[in-house]
Amino acid sequence: MGIAELRAESKTASESTAALLRELVAHLGENRTQLREEWIRRITEGRLLTAMSKDEIFAEATSVYDSYVEALETRTLEALQAYAQNLSERIIPRGVETHEVVGIVLLLRDVLARSLFSKYHADSRLLNAVLDAYEPAANAIAITVAVGFVRERERIIRQQQEAIRELSTPVLQVRERLLILPIIGLIDPLRARQLTEQLLRGVRANRAKLVVIDITGVAAMDATVANHLVLTVEAARLLGARVIVTGLSPEIAQTLVNIGVDLGKMNTVGDLQGGIEEAERLLGYKVVPIAEPMPA
Amino acid sequence: MQVPILKQGPYLIATIQSALTDADIVQLRDALVEQVGRYRSRGVIIDVTALDVMDSFATGTLRDVAHMVRLRGAETVIVGIQPDVAFAMVHMGLTLEGVTTRLDLEEGLDHLNRNIKSAAYR
Repeated sequence: MGIAELRAESKTASESTAALLRELVAHLGENRTQLREEWIRRITEGRLLTAMSKDEIFAEATSVYDSYVEALETRTLEALQAYAQNLSERIIPRGVETHEVVGIVLLLRDVLARSLFSKYHADSRLLNAVLDAYEPAANAIAITVAVGFVRERERIIRQQQEAIRELSTPVLQVRERLLILPIIGLIDPLRARQLTEQLLRGVRANRAKLVVIDITGVAAMDATVANHLVLTVEAARLLGARVIVTGLSPEIAQTLVNIGVDLGKMNTVGDLQGGIEEAERLLGYKVVPIAEPMPA
Repeated sequence: MQVPILKQGPYLIATIQSALTDADIVQLRDALVEQVGRYRSRGVIIDVTALDVMDSFATGTLRDVAHMVRLRGAETVIVGIQPDVAFAMVHMGLTLEGVTTRLDLEEGLDHLNRNIKSAAYR
């Protein structure tokens, strides 16, 4: 190959890539049925998408194949991106895993590459040129689908975390002006902050005079969170509410003593029942058993 | 901006309506401490509902007001601290120690009414 020839080749490289991709798309269009069958066979063989039925796999494979070829044809990824997101939304709730999604896209890439091999194996220069055009496009598609899937998963995880956070710190009114705040599970600094916010807002919204924070369900907390708890108690006092903390585990008691809590500021009672009784007493309630209890 | 001080029966009520300069707060302190004696008031309520920020000077001065008023024979209640403000304050270590705080004006009045009634029986 002369120098002049090489120059001409690099100049027309992008045009020839486009031309090759057009040829490729035509080839994939002609052999659509056969290649799709081959792909589905490999999916089944690889035990991928086990959560879906055969018909579903067939329908899904058809539309993936078509959007794949379309992405090669138009050389844009937008339509495929939208499709990948839509697909992820549908299949994630059914328990399809990341490796399955990435696996099927890579399988399709391989199946198509094989068919290119067998078509162009006689002319190795042309085969190389075709693969040069095909591979970057195919890889871009695989990345798009995988990223779309992962992104959708992350979105769902974020949503669920939000839901758990909402659920995990209820502020409940048990009597007029008495709130209880049962805390269960691990408290990280983020959750601690949220807890404080909800408590202070709850005090204001319910015009609470007393709040019982029950931490029976919290096994341990570090010094930062313990400090935060003390600050919360102080802040509630500034709003005119008294806080009673109940159910301190031995570990938490140790932590509180180690950080040097002023016990005069912190009102603690052994268990939730004791805390509520103490709160009722402070509010002026008196609970007495009625003479004849109802039969249970 | 000057803070209006209203005389309501045996109480003085000061409602802060906008952010105050340090000089304004000092003026409020002097006016309250003076008027407690003049009107023979039994209680002082300072309403800070409108404040989005309580810095260390404001907090310190309000605490001083409470202690001075006590020496002049009355009790001070600070009412209407916003939740966000309360948390910011304790974070800075401004806890208004030894000062009574209540949710709002109504709670503050209720507190004073009880305390003064029980004092009368003593």
